[in-house]
Amino acid sequence: MRIGTAKTSYLADEALFDTAVQRRWMVALLAALVLFPLFAGPYWLYLGCLVAINVASATGLNILTGFTGLVSLGQAAFMGVGAYTVAWLEINLGTPFLLNLIIGGCSASLIGMVVGAPSLRVKGLYLAIATIAASVILHFLFANWTAVTGGASGLTMPPATFFGTPLDQPGKLYWVIMPITVLMVLGAANLFRTRVGRAFIAVRDRDISAEVLGIPLLRTKLTSFALSSFYAGVAGGMWAYFFRVITPESFPLVMSIFFLAAIIVGGMGTILGGILGATFMTMVPEALKLIVGGLSPWLPDAVALLSPVRTIVFGALIVGFLIFEPRGLAEAWRRLRRFFHLWPFKT
Amino acid sequence: MAIDVDPSRLLPELPLPSGPPALAVDGLMLFFGGLRVLNGVSFEAREGSVTSIIGPNGAGKTSLFNTVSGFYKPAAGAIRFRGASIDALRAPARAQLGLARTFQNISLFHGMTVLDNIKLGRHAHMKSGVLDALWYRGRARREEMELRREIEEKIIDFLEIDHIRKAPVSALSYGLRKRVELARALAMRPKVLLLDEPVAGMNREETEDMARFILDVKEEWGVTVLMVEHDMGMVMDISDHVVVLNFGQVIASGKPREVAANPEVIAAYLGSGNVEDLRARVRQGAQAKRGAV
Repeated sequence: MRIGTAKTSYLADEALFDTAVQRRWMVALLAALVLFPLFAGPYWLYLGCLVAINVASATGLNILTGFTGLVSLGQAAFMGVGAYTVAWLEINLGTPFLLNLIIGGCSASLIGMVVGAPSLRVKGLYLAIATIAASVILHFLFANWTAVTGGASGLTMPPATFFGTPLDQPGKLYWVIMPITVLMVLGAANLFRTRVGRAFIAVRDRDISAEVLGIPLLRTKLTSFALSSFYAGVAGGMWAYFFRVITPESFPLVMSIFFLAAIIVGGMGTILGGILGATFMTMVPEALKLIVGGLSPWLPDAVALLSPVRTIVFGALIVGFLIFEPRGLAEAWRRLRRFFHLWPFKT
Repeated sequence: MAIDVDPSRLLPELPLPSGPPALAVDGLMLFFGGLRVLNGVSFEAREGSVTSIIGPNGAGKTSLFNTVSGFYKPAAGAIRFRGASIDALRAPARAQLGLARTFQNISLFHGMTVLDNIKLGRHAHMKSGVLDALWYRGRARREEMELRREIEEKIIDFLEIDHIRKAPVSALSYGLRKRVELARALAMRPKVLLLDEPVAGMNREETEDMARFILDVKEEWGVTVLMVEHDMGMVMDISDHVVVLNFGQVIASGKPREVAANPEVIAAYLGSGNVEDLRARVRQGAQAKRGAV
């Protein structure tokens, strides 16, 4: 049970984690993230990196769609811009990987602002279509600007190096990808306790009265686009270092839908939602794969029989969430927390 | 028949401060297609006064507010804010100058807490950018803490909403929402405050609270208040100056008691008071219709 949250300063009242219990859990989570590579095998490390990359990108999309209310289906294409930039820099200039990631993020951010420019006039589904159009154009560039992108065969890049050590295994890259993702998520959480984040939410909730409060709509929307695609660009850059082969098919439109689904399942407009949603969407197919694999001693044909079922179960889970928990996993988590705040008394 | 005003309830008539008016509207014209919404509206709101705009439904009061705050572009006319023309400025720029407003049908952000809604009022006066915000420590935190302290000490305390500061706006009653909206407008550091029906739909007690807050805002904060309101009791009680609008035209303006006694105002507001007149009008209308068939 939670008894009293007495605070003596406004700073303590506005802290990201405002109770001691919460802070302890966060330390435990960080410790788990640090210890994870010491115990996990390569397969789990691979998954860990993939989840981290997806969390970074989903958080970016959540800033744009969940918090600012601008539906975008261009997230994968923005990731592509980041990935191609990073790969090009790594192959042609060999600059340090952190710098490459930042430049990748910035280039995606610039493209994002251009794509976001119509958002002052078009909203909702119309904006979604406009972003699809933008991502089609970007894919065309990926496939046909052979001098830079390598055309249909794509780019194959060397691994990132850290003081001469090649980061070519998920186990090593984990130490790059996970901290960057943690920083990006913390940054996003910080954003929403300051004026910038509040302006995003204001634009989402009622853009007319936002204007009366002195919030310029176009600038706010473009900032949101820029930030969201910066996140996508950095995530795409990490993706590039992780897989090291980038082709025009690496970032299909379906991937944008994947991220949109992730934030819907996780909970739009909450930082936790982006994390939970991306983790859920990445892990559930793997978990189902494991379950099917685990059944094979009893059912020799399990893999062949149940593989199609897996996809159906995955789809059904998403639909189930939309129906029974429309505000996402984050809301379910919040309810669980409230239960323990009051436990052992009944809510 | 006259609007019932007890002279003892009226405020003592203080001499109004001289100098340029806080807000001056001159010959404002606004059209919605062929409809003439504002037809040469002119009035002044003296610095440090409460000016009320009254008039029947559809008289153009809210349109006037929307024009002043920069949503509608008038076809003709000028708006001067503390002596300077603001005709060329868009809504956010006018807000930044110190022109704050509340809305008739409350426009708070429902997904946010009361505190965040109030903080939004200060948006235009704050400086931290995206990078400050992502990092939080340093400038963003300093600014947020200053803001929080000021809001807590000056606004939340003043408007007596400390018990709901963390509540989501969607969970509040109508009267409290109106109060939170006033709080948000005050966070904008207003010089002129436009209140669109601040007590509409409130009960007696809530209305009296709101009237007290408006008077305090005027006295303690030195804010000029411009208010659209239908509650005649409150308008007559707290206004220094009343402007009456009908069909987009100013039909009278002056001290509350002068306006209340103006026969044209009474006719516009309440009808002529003669039942025979009304009967004659209805009969005429009916005959016209029959004639048309």
